[in-house]
Amino acid sequence: MSNRWLGALIPLVIVGAWEGLWHFESLRMDSLSRPSDVLVALYHGLAGGTLLVATVETFEAALLGFLVAAAIGLIVGIALGLTPWLESVVGPSIDAMRPVPSVALIPLALMIFGFGVRMEAAVVAFACLWPILIVTISAVRSVDTSLLNVARVLEMTAWQRMVKIVLPAALARIAVGLQLALAISLVVAVTVEIVLNPRGLGHGMMSAQQAMRFDQMYAQLLWIGVVGWGLSAGSQALLNICSPAYRAERSKERA
Amino acid sequence: MSARTRWLNRIGAIGFALLLLATWQLLAMLEVISPLFFPSPTRTLGELWSQIVSGKIWEPFSETVLRMFYGWLVASLLGVGLGALIAGSRTSRQLFTPTLEFLRPMPASAIIPVAILAFGLTNKMSTAVIAFGSIWPVLLAAVQGFSSVEPRLLEVADAMRMNAWDRFRKVSLPSAMPDILAGARVGLAIALILAVVTEMQASLPGLGQSILMAQRSYRTPELYAGVVMLGVIGFGASMLLQWIERCILRWRSVQ
Repeated sequence: MSNRWLGALIPLVIVGAWEGLWHFESLRMDSLSRPSDVLVALYHGLAGGTLLVATVETFEAALLGFLVAAAIGLIVGIALGLTPWLESVVGPSIDAMRPVPSVALIPLALMIFGFGVRMEAAVVAFACLWPILIVTISAVRSVDTSLLNVARVLEMTAWQRMVKIVLPAALARIAVGLQLALAISLVVAVTVEIVLNPRGLGHGMMSAQQAMRFDQMYAQLLWIGVVGWGLSAGSQALLNICSPAYRAERSKERA
Repeated sequence: MSARTRWLNRIGAIGFALLLLATWQLLAMLEVISPLFFPSPTRTLGELWSQIVSGKIWEPFSETVLRMFYGWLVASLLGVGLGALIAGSRTSRQLFTPTLEFLRPMPASAIIPVAILAFGLTNKMSTAVIAFGSIWPVLLAAVQGFSSVEPRLLEVADAMRMNAWDRFRKVSLPSAMPDILAGARVGLAIALILAVVTEMQASLPGLGQSILMAQRSYRTPELYAGVVMLGVIGFGASMLLQWIERCILRWRSVQ
């Protein structure tokens, strides 16, 4: 129990000092709203629904992009993982495209799709594609060759081999890649909104800052932190519950 | 893999890349997508070449590279320092972990509005944002690296009556180095992304601003040239760090 309290110490000290600073007229900074005001703004944002609407908008784009990336990444990744010669042919082209920072595509996506959910999702999809693709290729590649030999002995068709052998064996590692990409999707969605897309949480923060409503800005920042933390904790929990292979892998690591 | 198949693969890889470029060229020539959005590779590369020859691209190029480097350097030094501190004792680990766990999934770009308030639209702002964003991989890797130092090495250090600084410099740091460098490489990719984001958001000079300007005035080949250049930066930076990694860690392979 004392461990928990120790962990809460730093946030409490920061918030306490922040609130305390506000009570000294000479030290007060207008751009640093009082923590209590921030909490009030957070409450109003949540109760009034504006924050929730913005959250839904952000998640809409993030998840759409994530799903597109997952579909492409899994299909291409499995294909490349199963056929090494194809991977060595296509791989260098992938390696050449991968280092392009996703945000560099914001102007391009804006030109093609205009403002809105589609351009945001496109940038998110580009950013999420690479981790999913890379992890899938290496996960499929590391499937035990004796399992593949079993499939050959049983004269399985390509489809059966995929569904019954390759996917279950590679699932644990693929799931970790998907989890990573999910975290990236939220980050990129918020980034696109902050840079120029007029929707969602990122835009809400920018417009609160430009309207000098700093309490609202900090409230949104706090909320984005909560949402990001919730997404990472939620995906971790989902992984633990849904994937027995993942659990097995973890317990193997612990042993 | 025999020498012959390796050559075949290499030829295949080049062939595939050329095929991609040819498809792009063909699509652009047939005007499947408006050439306004989708200039052919020859036009893009021609634009890039003329910018390289005229020297127009070097100024934004060097601005972006320096911005990325400064932010990354601050993040790496802070990350190693904080990592050593946190891994130093159980109490400090308990003290810091919850705060860091909350901050880590937070999209780094979400602190841009706050950073603009604190520093204005300046280079300091972009350095702060980049440092905040790219510190996490280094920090986590450093904590991991410093906590897994071989205990016997530390006992030797104690037996030799090393002072704390020598112990850090001669024992802990070298043994945590592989983890730190791997984290720093991930951090560098994030630093490039955030450099571009801050340039777009705050109109700071650099490739991010150039490609946004190119998009606004519909100079698409220039936009593509900038994106290619950013890819080159990302690739080059990662290669450079890999080379440094090999040089620094040479002693490990001797063991």
